[in-house]
Amino acid sequence: MARLAVILALLLSLAGIAQAEERSSLLPAVPQASGEPHPEGSEFWRKLHMELMRHGRDMTVRDGVRPIEASLKGCFDCHAVKDDHGQYVTVKSETHFCRVCHDYAAVKVDCFMCHRSTPDGVDEHAIEGEGHAGLMTTPEGEEGQAAVAGYLDRLTRPARRAMTTTAEAEQ
Amino acid sequence: MTFRMPNDVKQPPAQRAANRAEMTRRDILRSGAAVASLTLAPGVTLMAFGGSPAEAAGAKADAGKRWGLLIDISKCKDDCTACISACKTENGWGGGDNPETDAQWIRKVTLKNTATGHTETMPMMCQHCEKPPCVDVCPTGASMKRVDGIVLVDKHRCIGCRYCMMACPYKARSFVHEPVINQKADAPRGVGTVESCTLCVHRVDAGGTPACVEACAAEGHGAIIFGDLKDPTSDISKRLADYPSVALRPDLDLNPGVRFTNLG
Repeated sequence: MARLAVILALLLSLAGIAQAEERSSLLPAVPQASGEPHPEGSEFWRKLHMELMRHGRDMTVRDGVRPIEASLKGCFDCHAVKDDHGQYVTVKSETHFCRVCHDYAAVKVDCFMCHRSTPDGVDEHAIEGEGHAGLMTTPEGEEGQAAVAGYLDRLTRPARRAMTTTAEAEQ
Repeated sequence: MTFRMPNDVKQPPAQRAANRAEMTRRDILRSGAAVASLTLAPGVTLMAFGGSPAEAAGAKADAGKRWGLLIDISKCKDDCTACISACKTENGWGGGDNPETDAQWIRKVTLKNTATGHTETMPMMCQHCEKPPCVDVCPTGASMKRVDGIVLVDKHRCIGCRYCMMACPYKARSFVHEPVINQKADAPRGVGTVESCTLCVHRVDAGGTPACVEACAAEGHGAIIFGDLKDPTSDISKRLADYPSVALRPDLDLNPGVRFTNLG
């Protein structure tokens, strides 16, 4: 009887892990950063980056304090993402460091209406051609619907595949 | 104030559970204190909640200074636009195709004496007033004067109402009508906000001089001098003491930081 209970507990825990992993595939894949990790830990910065940056920006703009750590310029020292061709991506790209989480959380980033979204010295015109990164408008019409559907598809593809496989196996 | 984290893909379930714990204000403050102590490595300056080492070290705008310009009109050449080009390059404005609405941080103005027909040109930009009307009228506190006299727009607060543009007697400010990309890292600018000459505040904070001053000197004209008006030993203060100079629209009693000599 005890053995049965142990097996049952083991099965349940395995099921729990499987469930958690399936769910985790829906979460954003944060791009790998270069440079040294934050001494306070990534979790600290994920939670508080806006508080820290807001604090720093007021100090710089209004009081002229320049050596601050939480600046967008500083972020891109380590968190600039490159595409397959080795070219920096602007915030217009879904793979941009900021967008990966912000798209997931549906939180609009206004920073890049005024700030550049790549390291200083990169020619954003050459990357983007026509169009503006600063304006991330709500997609409209058929084109917009297709864009949203495409995004959701890319986001949930691994999970959907897993579900399909399970369904097929059941049949 | 609470924060909730999404589960981290790479972390084991136990760690994920720990991450779900809510972070209280006290935790944040505690963490902020930790930032200050942890990142005090050599050469690394930083911010933290409640006073940073950078701030303590005095690396901020100095209330004991007042930055200003002295422009010698007799040295300003009619066909020269070096100051404008330098400003555009430094601060990343210009390049638009609509002269009526494009931003203009600095411009050349032609003065003509109708009695004699004599013409001369001079650069016009934000006059960095001691009592700036743009700051008086700003409804959000975006228009501001630093303690060292530099008048700026804090674009984090600007709502683009353009009241300051109406209030400025020098027509020094511009509104950004179109979305912008590829800004300079030191001169963020974007659609829906007002902007003007910053006296190259990023250069001044680094101990440098504005781009227009450098460009004018590089052209061999040296018509613009930059310096501290509060320091009696500075080049600009000495010249102001030795030679006659004027502020534009002195009737308004704004005490601009930009002064002109040999005008008219």
